[in-house]
Amino acid sequence: MAGVAASNLKRLLKQLNIPPLTIKRIIVAVFEAEVNVIAHSYGGRILCDFEEDEIHVQVIDTGPGIPDLELAMTEGWSTASDEVRELGYGAGMGLPNIAKSCDELSIYTKAGDHTRLSMLFRLKEKA
Amino acid sequence: MSTQIFHHALYIVEPACKGCTHCMKRCPTQAIRIAKGKARIDNDLCIECGQCMAVCPNNAIAIEQDSLSQLQAYTTRVAIIPAVFFAQFDDSVTLGHITGALYALGFTHLYLAETGVDILTVLEAEDQGAGRPLISNFCPSVQRLIQVRFPLLVDNLSTLRSPAQVTAMFARSELPGLSDGLGIFYFSPCAAKIAQFKTEGSEEHRLFDGIINFDTAYNLVCTYLAKHKGEMQEEKSSFSFPVCTRKALRWSLVKGQSSHHSGRCLAVDEMHNVIEFLEILEDEQDTNLQFLELDACAEGCVGGILTVRNRFLATERLRHWSSTVPKQLDQDLCERILKQKKAFEKNLNLEPVLPLQVLGLDTDHAKALQKLRKAERILAALPLIDCGLCGSPSCKALAEDIAKSKASIRQCAVLKLKSAKDLNSLARIWGERSTAADGLQDDQA
Repeated sequence: MAGVAASNLKRLLKQLNIPPLTIKRIIVAVFEAEVNVIAHSYGGRILCDFEEDEIHVQVIDTGPGIPDLELAMTEGWSTASDEVRELGYGAGMGLPNIAKSCDELSIYTKAGDHTRLSMLFRLKEKA
Repeated sequence: MSTQIFHHALYIVEPACKGCTHCMKRCPTQAIRIAKGKARIDNDLCIECGQCMAVCPNNAIAIEQDSLSQLQAYTTRVAIIPAVFFAQFDDSVTLGHITGALYALGFTHLYLAETGVDILTVLEAEDQGAGRPLISNFCPSVQRLIQVRFPLLVDNLSTLRSPAQVTAMFARSELPGLSDGLGIFYFSPCAAKIAQFKTEGSEEHRLFDGIINFDTAYNLVCTYLAKHKGEMQEEKSSFSFPVCTRKALRWSLVKGQSSHHSGRCLAVDEMHNVIEFLEILEDEQDTNLQFLELDACAEGCVGGILTVRNRFLATERLRHWSSTVPKQLDQDLCERILKQKKAFEKNLNLEPVLPLQVLGLDTDHAKALQKLRKAERILAALPLIDCGLCGSPSCKALAEDIAKSKASIRQCAVLKLKSAKDLNSLARIWGERSTAADGLQDDQA
């Protein structure tokens, strides 16, 4: 079920006393990434690194990779199957929303290979 | 507001407490621990919902109460009474009887708290809460629950003043000539409202001079009525406080607030339902909902911990009563409201509340992470049957308590029974000193 990983991560972040607004950003991004993995990939994992004032989250899937990343970053562009769309996902906002939610985003991907999203969140909340 | 020291109205009656685990298991924020055979409430986590008091088999949890003698300090004694209070009595006791008894007990003016709903309508008050869906702030226990357990949702909390507050402001402005010796009292159906009122610096603390618990008032009214059975007829005329509209009178019932909002609304009552719902809401990215009415007590305020009568019977009486009051606001009252308009029309919203970071294992992120890791390792050694014998509500809670140095693994009765020797070595691994024979550590230690 999509959202379980994001939900578990949220519980963890609350215990670590991460500021609520940062938690919100992380959860939005991780939720979207989680949906992406479920909708487009065979499987994957989410890695979290906590540092003094920033959090790195990596979402690494097992393929098949994104053929055209620029297109995938376009709002509204989606390759989601009808099945996924019927569930209310696949609006083509996943990657753009992730980019908006995190402070830095880098994506490794190659058609036929896997995809790795590296997201960085700074803990200092902008006033 | 977050810097306020939150007052707590619930307390443990130590001589009566047997250290059973009922309250600890029930507490929705895991605020209760048992130490040295007595329950103890963590004030940072307690949201005053009263679930512990409801479930206690030994009457060992009580709510602070002020005596009626506090009235004597004032010459003008105003009571702001929620409609739910009148629904505590069965049909043989008329509204006239109740108001008559209250006047006889020393009150000079009686206002219905729900009048505040009509005042807000007349003044066309707009909620300045920012988030959507907007969550009602009417139930102080839910507000605090969100601050403590769902900090991501604090922006969704409504900022509109509660009807009782507005009514108190109205009464204060309407009775200015009498302001010397003016005392405004609120009748509370629950611990949460008492706590809110007694928190220094809160709006309730400023607006009200005293609080009277529902059960106390109920007993006083019943006693008076029993003593003055013969005189009941003449009391009927004393029913004189402004009546509110039908919609307003149903405010404190489930879905009572929803009818004041356009768009899609949802009402959830009872603490465990509310928590289940908030968990979903926090994860949900989009909802079509505009307004959420969340009540800590089953059936809303009629289920308050201080109420006397069965909540369903009380709901029925309140509904029946509301069907007899007009749909339109009384013209006189409307004019009275407009006359006082200037006094408070710009002051109908409260400061937004802030999240409380009390769930975290440590204020420092790095230390919190360390403690989280430690708790995970400890949890792996625990039996995971959540028996509660250690004095923490679950094995996970015990693991976290140990990581926070607030408990010892020696408290685990299951490990002790299995192998006392292993337990000792575990205790050494977690870096604990050998504690006293029973292994119970004090919270303060």
